[in-house]
This record gives sequence, structure tokens and C-alpha cells, in this order.
Amino acid sequence: MTALTEILHGVRVDDHRPWPRLIVTAGIWRSATTAIAVGRATLLGLWGDAGVPNVVHMGMVDKDTRDIVVVSLECPNLTFPSVGAHHPPAIRLERAVHSLYGLKPTDAPDARPWLDLGFWDEQCPLGARTPRPTPRSAYAFLPTEGQHLHQIPVGPVHAGIIEPGHFRFTASGETVVRLEQRLGYVHKGIESLMAGASLERAAKLAARTSGDSTVAYGIAFAHAIEAALNVEAPPRARFLRALMAELERLANHFGDIGAICNDAAFSLMHAHCGALRELVLRAADSCFGHRLMMDRVVPGGVATDLLADSLTRLRRMLDQVRRRFPSLIELYDDTTSLQDRTVGTGVVHANLVQQFGTGGYIGRASGRKADARKTPGYPPYDQLDFDVPVRTEGDVNARVWIRIREVEQSLKLIDQLIERMPAGPIAAKLAEGHGEGLGFAEGFRGDVLVWIRIDGNRISACHLRDPSWFQWPLLEAAIEGNIVADFPLCNKSFNCSYSGHDL
Amino acid sequence: MRKTLFESLTHGPLTEAPPAHDDQALAELAANLDRSARRRLGRSLAIREVDAGSCNGCELEIHALNNVFYDLERFGLRFVASPRHADVLLVTGPVTKNMREALERTYAATPDPKWVVAVGDCAADGGMFSGSYAVAGGVSNVVPVDLHIRGCPPSPTEMLRGLIALVEAQTGKAR
Repeated sequence: MTALTEILHGVRVDDHRPWPRLIVTAGIWRSATTAIAVGRATLLGLWGDAGVPNVVHMGMVDKDTRDIVVVSLECPNLTFPSVGAHHPPAIRLERAVHSLYGLKPTDAPDARPWLDLGFWDEQCPLGARTPRPTPRSAYAFLPTEGQHLHQIPVGPVHAGIIEPGHFRFTASGETVVRLEQRLGYVHKGIESLMAGASLERAAKLAARTSGDSTVAYGIAFAHAIEAALNVEAPPRARFLRALMAELERLANHFGDIGAICNDAAFSLMHAHCGALRELVLRAADSCFGHRLMMDRVVPGGVATDLLADSLTRLRRMLDQVRRRFPSLIELYDDTTSLQDRTVGTGVVHANLVQQFGTGGYIGRASGRKADARKTPGYPPYDQLDFDVPVRTEGDVNARVWIRIREVEQSLKLIDQLIERMPAGPIAAKLAEGHGEGLGFAEGFRGDVLVWIRIDGNRISACHLRDPSWFQWPLLEAAIEGNIVADFPLCNKSFNCSYSGHDL
Repeated sequence: MRKTLFESLTHGPLTEAPPAHDDQALAELAANLDRSARRRLGRSLAIREVDAGSCNGCELEIHALNNVFYDLERFGLRFVASPRHADVLLVTGPVTKNMREALERTYAATPDPKWVVAVGDCAADGGMFSGSYAVAGGVSNVVPVDLHIRGCPPSPTEMLRGLIALVEAQTGKAR
């Protein structure tokens, strides 16, 4: 089969690194869409450009060769051929492009706005900025027809300590017939704040895109900047970043495992996992001076070296976790009332995760073995020994077990990182420059993508794509046919980011 | 399960001694609370958390307040599921324009007397996100705020200090 790069012809953009970006015609854009729709390539993202008006970009990866390419289409008529019409995972992405940039996907299957809930003063804030007509029109939820159906609106303010979003359930008795999500409540306009921001400010904004993945965002952003400026972070910085990333993964997985069990009314696991999470955060604080390690990863390297005596504390934490976690795994596995809730609940089919290119524990619990640390891969993980766990059941239980196995892998990685930590500088000096860069990082939730254009010492445009974009829609699929009472359990097993998605 | 439970009996609790209340917070509260509110609420407060636009970093640390190390409930403070059961709204984030109405409605649904605690730097003044077309600014731009707890995010200990000050000020004990 011919490689993706052989069918995609266009004008190659200078200074886009490390993978090529091509300015293509509408015809080639359609060929690229077909390649994604038939499964030859996986969609990585689709976004507008705050620096160059009326351009839409689409990132994709060849399924066989693993080559990554970004294709860009200029839209002088403010329209582009819809990708979502042929490939459903692109629907929300292009609805967002339409709402933010005013570029309309032609023949799109869903023309409703996305992220724009009707409260901004202007429409298309990153495009034509037209005044909003008053009164604002009501949002049309998808219709459901049938006898004895009732609707349950939930949110944006939820019952727990969680982020805001709206869920519209249609149920037949206890059974969910349809769930429709409406997101965008925490949209903060990050792409507009990025445009024109200094590097330092942009890095801080990236670190606050989704607080639970602040390290992953920091790394992906740094990768993009370093690619754009053709700079490499020193080896010690790479190791310290990986150490932070694995601590972040541990903390979040402990939190999730406990919280999933708590949503099945098994609070004992929640209490124990919460204690483990706290131990990890305290170790992170003693190593890097911040519990969530916010702003510790910077373009060029890291901001702080390991604090004095912190390795001793880190090792003590690892010992405690290794001593306590096995009995918790046993507890999870042996408690039948808990298994009764998690096994067979919220099944995501393998074909869906393949189609959506779903990363993280959601993809891996349904058989998709994708991990940005392996492919495309980045240092220091190429020098470290670890496995990517995969299961095929795709239910809540499988998503719990993927997390358990990933905890074990992260512990193994942290051992190697401590043992082989190289000496040397922790940051490379960044010179001013011009260029575009694409960067990835594997957060606890999945692959974070950052695309950036830098112009002198300012950011011209930046797009941050959270793994949740390709996970949220599958929650709608997972809950279908389950009972309403199992929704919290399914939702927690996904633990998608609202803030990362809403930008 | 028996093994895990038995271990919990033989080991001491992980819960730590509480931090002292925050003097600055107490001063802010003393200025904001009226006597009658203090008398009516007693020492127990029900808290409804509202994320009005946070990056979710503050939520993670608010969750930590419930873990065994900080054990918020021992101070008579607990999180409730509805604003209608709440005395306190704990609000995070720069208030996004998309969440402004939801926050106003949540505030309206909370019975009087009620207090609002704004958690985090974004909640104080919009933080890094102020100036965006999508952000209304700090919490006090939308609903009256009685106490600010700064930090990005504030640590659980810093939040405990502020919340303990809230209970203290409310009973008038520390005055």
C-alpha cells in the first residue's frame, strides 16, 4: 500500500518541525479525509490558526508507517470541505473551528455551535468577530422518539466536586437510550490568550489548560517550542521531566482507582487510594517544590533541579506504595459486590477506539495499544524499559486494571529514572527565532498534542489538543443500554478533562 | 477485606493535627460577617463546591481535603451535593462567561445566610485568564465574596487554615 505521504502533495512549509506541514488544495484535503475515513490514517487534530487568518489545519498519522503530517487548507470563502461528513470523530473539532474561527465545514452533518454557548459578546472571537444577534437562540438537542421516554438534564453544576458540563439523558425506565453531552462551560479562550503571548506566559497558560495534566501539557508544549526553535533539552532535564510525568501519572491513577470504587459505593478503596495519592503529591512537593509540579517544566528544560534530600523521601514513598498497593489490588479483585458493578459495565467497542484514535486507558482497555512515549516516542523513554498494558474487554473493570498495571509500570520507570539520572545542566538556552513545531506527551489520560508557531519572542498561534476530544464522544456510546445509576461509574472510569477540552 | 480492615485497627490514624487558623482570613471574615449569621449557623457548615471555570487544579486540592490526612469533616465542614443544602459556596476558577449564569443561579439557590469563599488566584481576579473574551473575571465580579484563599492552587493546608478561620469567625470564638 502506498504511504500516506505519497498521496498528499502540497507546498511544504519551511521551518515546521519535526514533521512536515503541507499547504494543500481542496482536492488533496478530500484525499486526506478519505485516508482517515477508510482507516489508513488516524486523525490527530483539526484546528484553526490565530496567527494566519482563514486557515484550517489537520494533523494525521499513517497507520502503517507511523509518519505524521499536518495538512493546511486556505479558506478564502470561509469554508472547507467537511471532514466530519466522512469521519465522525472530526465533527466536534470542526464545530469548534466554526464557532471560534468562523470557518464553515461544507456539507457537515451537524451545524450546531460547539464551545460557544451563546454568552460571548461576539461570535467567532478568533475570526470575523461579529456582534451576537439577540436574543440568543436555544440549543437544539438531538431528538429522541419512542414511547415512555423521559429526559434527565444534568449540569453544568454537578453534585460532586467536579468540573461543569451538561449531560442530557433520555431514559426508558432505568435504561439510558441516549446521552448527549454539551460542553464548553469552562472555555477560557486559551488560544486567543496564547496569540501574542511571551514564551514564559504561554508556557504558564499551557500548564493551566488541564490542571491534572499540568506536567504533560508542560512537556508537550516544551516539545513543540523546542522543535520550532531547533533546540534540544539537556539529558538531565529529559529525565527530570519523565520523573515528574510518572509521579503525575501515579497520583492521578491512585485518585481515579479510588474514585471509581467510591462511585460503586466502596469507600474503603477510596480512603486507601486517597492516602497513596497524598503520599505521591507530598513526594512531588519535596522533589520539585509544588504538589502538582506546576510550571516546573519549561521550554528548553526544567525550572528546578531536585531539591536537597528529596531522593530519600521519594524512595520512602516508593517503598510505602509498594508495601500497600498489592493488598489494595487484592481487595479490588476479591470484592464481589464491587466486581458486580464494574465488570461488563460501560463497554466501549474496539472498532470505536480505533476509529476515534482514542488514547490512554480508554483506548488501551479496548485493545488500542497507543502510547506517545513509544510512538512517536521521545527521550528518555527510548532508553527505559517499560510495557504498555492492553486489555480487550473495554468495560469499567478493564479501565481500572489498565490503571493498576500502569501504576506498576510507572513505579518501575521511576526506579530506572533515579538510578540512571544523568548529571549536567537542567535547561538549554533559547534564542529568539521563527518556526513552527508539533509536540506530543503522554499524560495519565492519553496523548496531549501541542502545535505552535513562534515569531521572534512571541507566540503567533498555539493549539492544544487534549486526549479528551477523542474520549468524550465514546462515553455517549459506552453508557447506551446501561442504567442511569451506572453513569457516575462510567464517567469516572473515563475521567475526561472538561477544561482541557473546553480550552 | 478483613486483612485491610484489621490493619487499620492496629495502625494509628494517618490524620494530622490541624493547622492554626489564618489571621488574615479571620480579619477579612470579621469585616464581612454579621453577628446574626454567626449565631444562626453554629459550628457546622455545609459546603457546595462550584467550578466556575477552573483548570481543575483547585478541584484536585479540594478533593484532598477529604482524604484521611486532612479529614475536613472533623471540623464540622462537609461537602454537599446541592446548593439548597449549603451554607458556603466554595468557588474556583476565573468565572467564564459560559458559567456566569450558572454561578448566579447556584448563588440564588443557596438559602440565606450564606457565604462565598473564592479559592485560587484565578477566583481572586481572573488570574492568567483575565482579559479573555470568554472570561468575566474574578468571582467577586459576579457574586459577593466573603473570603479569598489565594494560591495556584492553594495547598490543602492553606485551604484548611482559611476554612477553620471561617468556623472560628462564625462562632465568634476567636474574637
